[in-house]
Amino acid sequence: MRALKLAALMLLAVACAKESANNSGTSSSTATSASSGGSVDLTGAGATFPYPIYSKWFSEYADLTGVKINYQSIGSGGGIRQLSEGTVDFGASDSPMSDEELANAKAGPILHFPTVLGAVVITYNVPGLSAPLNLTAKAIADIFSGRVTKWSDTRITSLNPGVTLPGTDILVVHRSDGSGTTYIFTDYLAAAVPAWATSVGKGKEVKWPVGLGAKGNEGVAGQVKQTPGAIGYVELAYAKQNNLPTAAIANKDGKRVLPSVTTVTAAAAGAAKALPANTDYRISIVNAPGADSYPISSFTWILVYQRQRDPVKGKKLVDFLNWALTKGEAEAASLDYAPLPSSMASSVKARLSTIDLSGAK
Amino acid sequence: MTSLPVDWLEKDRRKLRVDATALGDKIYEALTAACAIVVPALVIAIAIAVFAAAWPAFAKLGLSIITTSDWDVRGGHFGAAPALFGTLVSSAVALIIATPLAIGVAIFLSEFSPAWLRQPVGFLVDLLAAIPSVVYGLWGIFVLLPLLRDPVMPFLRDTLHLGATPFFSGPAYGPSMLAAGIILAIMALPYISAVSREVLMAVPRSQREAALALGATRWEMIRDAVIPYARSGIIGGIMLGLGRALGETMAVTMVIGNRAEISASLLAPGYTMASLIANEFSEATNDLHLSALMAVGAILFVITLIVNAVARWLVWSVARRRAQ
Repeated sequence: MRALKLAALMLLAVACAKESANNSGTSSSTATSASSGGSVDLTGAGATFPYPIYSKWFSEYADLTGVKINYQSIGSGGGIRQLSEGTVDFGASDSPMSDEELANAKAGPILHFPTVLGAVVITYNVPGLSAPLNLTAKAIADIFSGRVTKWSDTRITSLNPGVTLPGTDILVVHRSDGSGTTYIFTDYLAAAVPAWATSVGKGKEVKWPVGLGAKGNEGVAGQVKQTPGAIGYVELAYAKQNNLPTAAIANKDGKRVLPSVTTVTAAAAGAAKALPANTDYRISIVNAPGADSYPISSFTWILVYQRQRDPVKGKKLVDFLNWALTKGEAEAASLDYAPLPSSMASSVKARLSTIDLSGAK
Repeated sequence: MTSLPVDWLEKDRRKLRVDATALGDKIYEALTAACAIVVPALVIAIAIAVFAAAWPAFAKLGLSIITTSDWDVRGGHFGAAPALFGTLVSSAVALIIATPLAIGVAIFLSEFSPAWLRQPVGFLVDLLAAIPSVVYGLWGIFVLLPLLRDPVMPFLRDTLHLGATPFFSGPAYGPSMLAAGIILAIMALPYISAVSREVLMAVPRSQREAALALGATRWEMIRDAVIPYARSGIIGGIMLGLGRALGETMAVTMVIGNRAEISASLLAPGYTMASLIANEFSEATNDLHLSALMAVGAILFVITLIVNAVARWLVWSVARRRAQ
């Protein structure tokens, strides 16, 4: 009898829980539909790097229109996988999809929409150094491939006249986790230094010839901060928010440029001049021309299927992207992301009209 | 009609009760049986899923996954020998550090400690198991690594002249196999000490009294009468700690230096299988890369299975030897 009672109680509890879940579900959906007139929530997944600015956009957009966007920052690779499987409405990535990945997508062609720009900075721990360190692509490649092992090497000192550098060992710190930051950094070295392209190459994870691997920007920054003689690379936004020392890097035009929101946007503008009119924006802008261009810059992309199966969701997505590329861009700099150059933002927006919302299979 | 026999009613009621109990028993039996089936089924399902996902890599790369040490995603080489080596070495270092400490704590608490101290110390040691591993990792980065870099590593290497052996040679960066071993030791310690304490406390009083009556000192009593009695339980506890060390991911990734190289020196950075998976899984898009990571997971699965089997066997053989 007691067992029966217990079972009955349990059933009752389960039923109640279900009931309340249903209730809260209906009440919240009625609330959203009341504020937005029948909204369909969107889901997205992908890159962690733009997550701070995206989540700001999503929350503001929800306040404005009632359209709720749920974004999981699980990494670019995960975002591409989920979009290919069709389990999310949009993906996000720090590196463009390869032709092979595009061919594997289940629901047809995928379009790349650049949203903001990121950059990778070189941070270092050289005791007694007050002015920013000056480096070239060649010097960085020499350090990260282990050919230059002392700070006092002439290949570094010749770039920094009037500065005495210590004769201590250089400790290279790189990312241990697969990351868009590593992709941008190695993409730059591969583009600017032919020897790097043939030896280490570029990728989200590469086989580093020397150094220690640390997890995440915080891992690399922590290791560099604690170890005199260390050098590493982190995202611009992370470096700015933590006041890390950053190196000035000679760009394609031979000018020394410090990383900042302005110099990164300048790199995009420099690269934009050479873009063909029908570009799919799967482009790298590392080592971009232009006197003010910071050379280790890159887009981050939102990935969307060209043929939207659900026209209502598709419309919401296009409306959001339109808003993000107009109003959203203006807020990027406050979170240390570089906005797209305005001419490029409008041509990317024009490309939104190529998304097929007819819902035809 | 008015005179319904009372004993009939009574009989029916009794029958009803018997039926109800039988029904209750059946429900209870079914529920527990379901639990007993679901959990092993889940383990088997996970194993099947991991091995199925790992199959393309095993088919293409074969044993080279564990016999070669070149992990180069771009070049399509997936040799996880350094990670396998790192997993085994870091766990071994952890056990070498944690086992004496944990058993020492357990012996103190069960044999020497005043009663008022036993509860709080035991509680604090157990509390180590409740700290999230990412917190251990952060503590490792901000406290342990700076300490290791200076003064611990230079002391071991130069002052004690251990640098003359290959095991403590090379530069002292901080992130290293030694750092991973120390973090893992702290994480495995509460498991070993909790189990050891319980089994030591469970040793019958008569065992101790007999030893003392024969004129043994306290230390002799513990060594000859108490520990042999509790040995199989203590070994079980050590194996539990080893299982914890083998699978630990986050804290190790944060302090080991993530360098896929086999080095004899404990001061050199290393890699473990769990950190390899944690580092690369989220950004892996290439099919063979994903499958190779799954294969590493499958190998880790097999290693923990072997460790558990060995633990069972040890416990069993010790128990049998004592019975003889």
